[in-house]
Amino acid sequence: MEKGSKVNHHLFVRENKAVSFSDETLAKIRSLIRRYPEGRQKSALLPVLHIAQEELGGYLSVDTMDYVASLLGINPMEVYEVATFYSMFYLEKMGKYVLEVCHTGPCAICGGEEVLKHIKDYLHIETGETTPDGMFTLKEVECLGACGNGPVMQVNTEFYEHMTEKQVEKVIEELRQKQGEEGTSKGWAEQFS
Amino acid sequence: MGRAILLDKVNIPGIRAFEVYRAHGGYKPVDKGLREMTAAQVQQEVIKSGLRGRGGAGFPTGLKWSFLDRKSDKPRYLVCNADESEPGTFKDRYLMEKLPHLLIEGLILSSYALGVKTCYIYIRGEFKYLVGILETAIREAKKNNYLGERILGTDFSLEIYVHPGAGAYICGEETALLESLEGKRGNPRIKPPFPAYKGVYDCPTVVNNVETLATVAPIISMGGETYAGIGTGKSTGTKLISACGNINKPGVYEIEMGLPTEDFIYSEEYCGGMKNDRMLKAVIPGGSSVPILPADLILNTAKGQPRLITYESLSEGEFESGSMLGSGGFIVFDEDACIVRNTWNLTRFYRHESCGQCSPCREGTGWMEKILYRIEHGQGRMSDIDLLVRIAKNIEGNTICPLGDAAAWPVASAIRHFRGEFEAHINVPCTMYNGQMKEERAL
Ligand SMILES: Cc1cc2nc3c(=O)[nH]c(=O)nc-3n(C[C@H](O)[C@H](O)[C@H](O)COP(=O)(O)O)c2cc1C
Ligand code: SF4
Ligand code: FES
Repeated sequence: MEKGSKVNHHLFVRENKAVSFSDETLAKIRSLIRRYPEGRQKSALLPVLHIAQEELGGYLSVDTMDYVASLLGINPMEVYEVATFYSMFYLEKMGKYVLEVCHTGPCAICGGEEVLKHIKDYLHIETGETTPDGMFTLKEVECLGACGNGPVMQVNTEFYEHMTEKQVEKVIEELRQKQGEEGTSKGWAEQFS
Repeated sequence: MGRAILLDKVNIPGIRAFEVYRAHGGYKPVDKGLREMTAAQVQQEVIKSGLRGRGGAGFPTGLKWSFLDRKSDKPRYLVCNADESEPGTFKDRYLMEKLPHLLIEGLILSSYALGVKTCYIYIRGEFKYLVGILETAIREAKKNNYLGERILGTDFSLEIYVHPGAGAYICGEETALLESLEGKRGNPRIKPPFPAYKGVYDCPTVVNNVETLATVAPIISMGGETYAGIGTGKSTGTKLISACGNINKPGVYEIEMGLPTEDFIYSEEYCGGMKNDRMLKAVIPGGSSVPILPADLILNTAKGQPRLITYESLSEGEFESGSMLGSGGFIVFDEDACIVRNTWNLTRFYRHESCGQCSPCREGTGWMEKILYRIEHGQGRMSDIDLLVRIAKNIEGNTICPLGDAAAWPVASAIRHFRGEFEAHINVPCTMYNGQMKEERAL
């Protein structure tokens, strides 16, 4: 949807790879489906796509979307049209860490534009691009609902607030150090009881 | 002022845990409602309280509940709107993070009043960490028989589920939200039929904001009449205001309705005045969709009365000289802020978030963004200013959902109050915004 950004939302990637969830995740998905009335299992699509993106490669390939469609018993097209609508779903491979910088008004008047520019200079990438080592993808996003703590950045759904030029450098370097280790925040599947 | 009804327990250590919450009087309103009152009585108290929707439109909550189709034999649903994506608004996030059990209490009482057995909390996907916090609170409540089958030994049973969105402002609009809850794209529906008759799964549905529903607990606890005695006129009770921008203390504040905006901005108790002692230039008082007001009109109405934080006072003077309380997202601009740049920025937001179903909104937001971009960069024409006004007028009222209006109002109001600043930008690139950034965005 974002004009000018280099993420092409309508270019689907097919990997021709068999994808599948672990048994544990499948059990979680079955319990998610039960939260909605009989015959309305399509309602579970958004939560299941979040889990799929996180556990099956960091983005939604056609293979993943078709697999999700088969799990929910819906037409693959119904998954594609949803995956292309919502900005949290990625349709191509992303860096290990996706830096999503809020560029909306309240953050912008508190120095958000400078922070964004600084990240571009520091990582030598433009919005929508990934660093050559595959570590970072830069995205500009709209208001993250944390405007009082702006400028705000999300990294793989974790909030980083009160960003300054120095602060983002620190965050980026810490993420580099973390390379290989798992993130500290809980995953999507674990959020649900 | 400084009256805390919703946030009274917010500073108690460990208050997120059920046991602590219960030990501090939590769930007493539920005990009272379910054990001592009928469903109709609970609804009656909400009507008496004068509570109005805190999601933006300010529609009376009790009245909305009375529209729910109770003749249908289909199940009824309550959907809690936790999409909170309106720029400048971050109060629901605060409430859910600090006091998840307050929301659960409100959901139980509201579901009881409405005869609802299943309630969904639709929360924006970016608040992933809150999904876990809410699910934990639900699990605790269930363990203590406040949720699940036969709550507190009564005939009333209820399940609450958290449902995440995935990044789309439009899903805060109630019918788009219902589409999204059904696993579809968030395209708003044409109304009527209203959700009260045909909501989620074509069943009678009530959609209310997080803060609205949370407020039901203190209303039941103190009684609707007592609640109505707080605040002023048709703006009863307290309101959470999320303040951001160029102030000393951004944050979420609970205010009693009727607080003068001047006190809110300058007192130590709230915003603590302007950052770096800059001058106040303008305020958007109710989230990015409501009209911006210049300093003199946010502090005083056109009639010279102090402007108060109430539905009535903030909209006094209508669009000529007033604005709206909206969602309570209070965005403060100092003298260094460029109104043209901010208007361009917000228009970009609406263009990005338009679902694209109606041409006035889909095309109009794109045109306005391009024109504002060129004005901001010194490539505008004098006629562009009136052109913007005309486009905004043609969007307003001509679309399926109010996002069209929400995109039009900021542009129309910025030009109404700051026309000189737009004119000064024609032929001269923005001199106020001195970031000296190379603009990569090719439009
Ligand atoms: C574009 C758009 C976005 C909206 N976003 C939200 C939102 O994030 N949260 C919310 O509570 N209401 C939002 N609303 C208002 C809802 O449509 C609805 O009026 C509200 O949830 C009703 O709850 P209330 O009566 O308790 O205020 C939005 C409306 C529009 C038109
Ligand atoms: S007004 Fe805009 S967002 Fe609302 S339905 Fe029409 S195109 Fe979609
Ligand atoms: S504007 Fe950045 S979080 Fe709201």
